[in-house]
Amino acid sequence: MKFKPLEILTHIILILGVLLMVLPIWFSFATSTHDNVSIMTEGMKFFLGESFSQNYNEVLNEKGGWSEEVTAARMFVNSFIMALGIATLKVVISAMSAYALVYFRFKLAVPIFWLIFITLLVPLEVRIFPSYKIVSDLGLTNTYTGLILPLVASATATFFFRQFYKTIPDELLESAKLDGANSWRFFIDFLLPLSKTMLAAMFIFMFVYGYSQYLWPLIMTTDEKYWTVVMGMKIIFTENYEGVALPRTGERFAYIILSMLPPVLVVVILQRWFIKGLIQTEK
Amino acid sequence: MVYQRIDSNRKIKMSFLELQNITKIYPNGTKAVNETSLNIENGEFVVFVGPSGCGKSTLLRMIAGLEDITNGEISLDGNIINKIDPSERDVAMVFQNYALYPHMSVFNNMAYGLKNRGISKEEINNKVNDVAKLLEIDQLLTRKPSMLSGGQRQRVAMGRAIVRNPKIFLFDEPLSNLDAKLRNQMRLEIKRLQRQMGVTSIFVTHDQTEAMTLGDRIVVINNGVVEQVGTPKEIYSKPNTKFVAEFIGSPQMNLFNCKIENGIAHIADMKINLNNSTNLDDATLGIRPDDILISDNGKHSCVANLVEYLGSDMIIYSKIGDQEFSCKLSSKINLNSGDTFKFDISGTSVHLFDNTTGSRV
Repeated sequence: MKFKPLEILTHIILILGVLLMVLPIWFSFATSTHDNVSIMTEGMKFFLGESFSQNYNEVLNEKGGWSEEVTAARMFVNSFIMALGIATLKVVISAMSAYALVYFRFKLAVPIFWLIFITLLVPLEVRIFPSYKIVSDLGLTNTYTGLILPLVASATATFFFRQFYKTIPDELLESAKLDGANSWRFFIDFLLPLSKTMLAAMFIFMFVYGYSQYLWPLIMTTDEKYWTVVMGMKIIFTENYEGVALPRTGERFAYIILSMLPPVLVVVILQRWFIKGLIQTEK
Repeated sequence: MVYQRIDSNRKIKMSFLELQNITKIYPNGTKAVNETSLNIENGEFVVFVGPSGCGKSTLLRMIAGLEDITNGEISLDGNIINKIDPSERDVAMVFQNYALYPHMSVFNNMAYGLKNRGISKEEINNKVNDVAKLLEIDQLLTRKPSMLSGGQRQRVAMGRAIVRNPKIFLFDEPLSNLDAKLRNQMRLEIKRLQRQMGVTSIFVTHDQTEAMTLGDRIVVINNGVVEQVGTPKEIYSKPNTKFVAEFIGSPQMNLFNCKIENGIAHIADMKINLNNSTNLDDATLGIRPDDILISDNGKHSCVANLVEYLGSDMIIYSKIGDQEFSCKLSSKINLNSGDTFKFDISGTSVHLFDNTTGSRV
């Protein structure tokens, strides 16, 4: 096999790009398998050490916080529930609202769409106090509902779904109508399968969005049982040390590696749909 | 036609499909269909033909229920269907771009309408397989539409309509996306299938060849108005209006502005005896290009400005006075551009229209 110079060059660039992204993760992982003394004295590691099970076990099961009630495992569960809830509801609600905006002829469809669109200018951080006030008045502080509900509307996803639905030819709807599909069936049997790729992509984005929420859970939760991974990251990095204890760098890296896993899993699981949709347009 | 009054709900048993004074005005004020009435009998194959934008598709879509009816009444099989949802009308439509469901296999494309009707799986299987065999697409049932050729897609679209066994088939220019050869083939096939199944069908096209070959009856539409309804033969041999005369027939009918005095038509210095006693100051005389008979001892003579050779036929373009005309003749005759030729026009083969009304005299 012969390589052309351009091909070699492009491959070098690609490989460099891959290294640039993979190496920091690898360093973190390798470092997380060493004990704190060797990290302290020798710095970041490239090769695997022997403290893997000890570090990870300690991170997952050690009780933290003031009340000494919450473990990292618990925080992972919390984050997962929150991200899953946000992503699922965001995708479902935006797909449905876009469906209403595109396919149902009601008078204010266009102004309503722009109203939804304008909310992009008002992210959660801007309206955090009003949102908090409403959620606490509803008695939803320290609940999963409270964590998820204020974040489930998405102008971005609504916009993307709307644009996608607009590209679907009218004949498809008409033909489905003649075949006896009502509006619910058209949504389930046509729009959802046709937008599989969009759904998968949106779910991934929204999952990562939900997973990386920091400010909202921080304000929302006073009960440590509802703490999330991102909040935990702050705790594990600002621990107080008594006496001569070393900073627990190994555990910190273990925590970081673990915190990356759920989003990675979601991408890995959904990428089959995602890639398939990208390479084969079914229109 | 049997008229039978059912007093309770003012239902009148009439033709299978009946359009009464149908008018369609779009929200922007365009009048697409104007006061159209039409009766279609069970099992008939009717073709709507007209230039693009004449309202023929709108009319079809109103029958399907995809378009609201501004005014008038449509009844199908004795029931007024104006307000009935398209899914309840029991009509099937074949769209111009087929509108196959891209994410479903051919089988599911055909089965979808049946599933929505709550038909059992076994029956769906049998029906789809039968129709697939009929259309010779039984090898393709597992494929997605994106893996099919244009002709195959067309067949699937037909199959999807046939499998539901509807009261009416509606075809919205289904052949216009195919190449010429395939189009002829599918045209024959549609005709054969329709005969075989005897299902009432309406076919919309702008192609007069399709209209002439497919239709039991042809409805010529122009500017939202029905110009003429009749068998292909009637439409061709006795066009009601100048529009129909010009629209049907290839090459186009020659239309001469002329003056009729005592049954004699004067076109420039040419005189044609119509064998009647009509008097018209402003008339149009229509003569089909193949009704101009070339013979060595013809009464009239002209110079052939251009000769178009088409294989078995040729078309000669010439002028009488300042009015252009064409005539079609066998290419066995030896005639070249610039030659003078002699011809006769029989007074009985011409079509006379009054210019003030545009209709046949």
